[in-house]
Amino acid sequence: MTRHTLSVLVEDKPGVLTRVASLFARRAFNINSLAVGPTEVPGISRMTVVVDAEGDLIEQVTKQLNKLINVIKIVELVSENSVQRDHILVKVRADAATRLQVTQAADLFRASVVDVSTDSLTIEATGHPEKLTALLNVLEPFGVREIVQSGTLAIGRGSRSMSDRALRAS
Amino acid sequence: MSKGSPASPSLLAAKSPGHASPAAGSAAATGATAVVGPNNVVAPIQMTGSEAIVRSLEELGVKDIFGLPGGAILPTYDPLMASSMNHILVRHEQGAGHAAQGYAQVTGLVGVCIATSGPGATNLVTPIMDAHMDSVPLVAITGQVSSGVIGTDAFQEADIVGITMPITKHSFLVTDPNDIPHVMAEAFYLASTGRPGPVLVDVAKDAQQGQMTFSWPPVIDLPGYRPVFRGHSKQLREAARLIAEAKKPVLYVGGGVSKAHASKELMALAELTGAPVTTTLMARGVFPDSHPQHVGMPGMHGSVSAVTALQQADLLITLGARFDDRVTGVLSTFAPNAKVIHADIDPAEISKNRIADVPIVGSVKEIIPDLTAAVKAEFEAKGTPDLGDWWAFLNNLKETYPLGWTEPEDGLMSPQRVISRIGALTGPEGVYVAGVGQHQMWAAQFVKYERPHAWLNSGGAGTMGYSVPAAMGAKVGNPDRVVWAIDGDGCFQMTNQELATCALNNIPIKVAIINNSSLGMVRQWQTLFYEGRYSNTDLNTGHDTVRIPDFVKMADAYGCVGLRCERAEDLDATIEAALAINDRPVVIDFVVSPDSMVWPMVPAGVSNDQIQVARNMTPVWDEED
Repeated sequence: MTRHTLSVLVEDKPGVLTRVASLFARRAFNINSLAVGPTEVPGISRMTVVVDAEGDLIEQVTKQLNKLINVIKIVELVSENSVQRDHILVKVRADAATRLQVTQAADLFRASVVDVSTDSLTIEATGHPEKLTALLNVLEPFGVREIVQSGTLAIGRGSRSMSDRALRAS
Repeated sequence: MSKGSPASPSLLAAKSPGHASPAAGSAAATGATAVVGPNNVVAPIQMTGSEAIVRSLEELGVKDIFGLPGGAILPTYDPLMASSMNHILVRHEQGAGHAAQGYAQVTGLVGVCIATSGPGATNLVTPIMDAHMDSVPLVAITGQVSSGVIGTDAFQEADIVGITMPITKHSFLVTDPNDIPHVMAEAFYLASTGRPGPVLVDVAKDAQQGQMTFSWPPVIDLPGYRPVFRGHSKQLREAARLIAEAKKPVLYVGGGVSKAHASKELMALAELTGAPVTTTLMARGVFPDSHPQHVGMPGMHGSVSAVTALQQADLLITLGARFDDRVTGVLSTFAPNAKVIHADIDPAEISKNRIADVPIVGSVKEIIPDLTAAVKAEFEAKGTPDLGDWWAFLNNLKETYPLGWTEPEDGLMSPQRVISRIGALTGPEGVYVAGVGQHQMWAAQFVKYERPHAWLNSGGAGTMGYSVPAAMGAKVGNPDRVVWAIDGDGCFQMTNQELATCALNNIPIKVAIINNSSLGMVRQWQTLFYEGRYSNTDLNTGHDTVRIPDFVKMADAYGCVGLRCERAEDLDATIEAALAINDRPVVIDFVVSPDSMVWPMVPAGVSNDQIQVARNMTPVWDEED
């Protein structure tokens, strides 16, 4: 299985997320993560879909996605020339004895503490998925009580914008 | 654009503005001209959403509609009563859907069906899925509960947009009446262009009742939809090069050529290349059966010559076909030595099942003539290839293993003979609409098709019950043609209620029930693969049974002429009697042997090389390779 990151420009219409999710289910493709949000262009949303696909299957995934009428454009972002970030919030057990160690660990990863209670800390971190996995490994011994994580966001390096060309073409 | 690599080159090409050439029965690719129909200019005028639906259909050039009203679509049925369009009231919504399909398949126009919310809409699910599998242009309009109560499990509420999402080309939920004109125009444009397919328009009851401002033509705004029509010239040249070099080429022709109305173009390419032509179940008639280059239908019940041609080919020239499992058998063993040229309007079909060496995205209506020109240039430069050995091999197969049948041992009438005689006495100008099962395969094998759009069936979906309503729709679309529903006794009992619709609306179809008293194809598999254990396949409609229902009495009850034929010696007279009746539908109960089987057959799960011409009889192959 190879991991692929697809940036998908879609019309911001009701049901578009369902269409994408339903397509993955029906064609038995595996979604690793999915993040959706508005873009700089009104009426156009961007999805970042991380897909695990074997061999040539990714081509079939993108072709099927492109058949969805609300999908405007798809680009595969490879890690060499794109920035890819996940966002995580972790609630870690931390009492007076361990609090300092936990905050130091967070510092090492440039993560910040966003909530404190007598026996726990909530840490917010952003980064490449591998960095976040490393952070979690470090926090694990203290006792991770709760994790919430976003899907991957990805953007191409350089000055050009994905939506420019897509909209000019239309 | 980001510096990311394009996800798929052929895909991005598909999304770039294409050559704006009209596909058959459709408008150009971009802008306001994409609105189907005469594009009359209508100045802004106030009306209700319901009136806008009816007016939009009229402006789109719709003449015939199949439907059945109910609560949530009632507002639309009121202005429909005053419209010049012909609405045919069916007895079951499934009938409306299949009728719209039959209509679309013979006319090339978009078929239209209407149903109410909830169960009315879910009864359309089967025809919508059928249209999706066979790429039939269909617009299904459904009523929906008022927008304010959507999501509250209101009476007759069903999320039909959600239910049909995987089986439609696209769908719309309309809650604002002002959206109706552009949604209707977009629905027709989507259904009829590119790879045709079903589009659902679900309209909330309050959007039908609300006031709106109607004007025409509306602006079509589909930034993500830009079908490609012209094939890439470099790919066409490469395809021509392969054709010039091939020693054993085969034209593998699918339903796309029928959808694109490209029979004439195909003939020119076939005659230039001299290559054998196989027409799939969806493409029967696209290339005349009588043409010497036609080697038959490929697939599970294909002719030995067609199946073997594909297996032994060194080049498949694939036109609007999709390497369906019923054609390929075990995919990894299909045409093992062949390079593949694959032309299709849907980029996702290319390399989906079989990797293409030369993919060509576009309409076969455009691609075939371009390819013909490229091949001509190639032949002029390099000479015309000699296919003499290839034809000697194939002609030998054609002569040794022609399609045929053996008379059943029980002495009863053979179903193949019935179908063969219907075809012979009606001729190639007739329309033949089959259900699904043995009778469907026999109708594909033993009626001789000489023109496109003469053969309709449920290919991809395999919908039992397709025949009678689809024949009804075909007869509405082609009122001057003889339209036969060639049906099975099982299929017929699923949708025969539409005989009432036919009788009342003067739609004189002819129904041939190939009555073998059983779910014949399932029974055949039980004979072959389940030691003759006939679990739940006996329908008790034929010889030596209680014959429930009595199809002749049933026809009579529906206001149709009912005939019965049980002996081969009465066959021609019965068919001729049916052909002579044109003021009412005719139903003929052809009571045939339950033991006849469909041959040749490639058993499921084995290579096409294992084709059997009769039970446990495999052809003797020339040692070609």
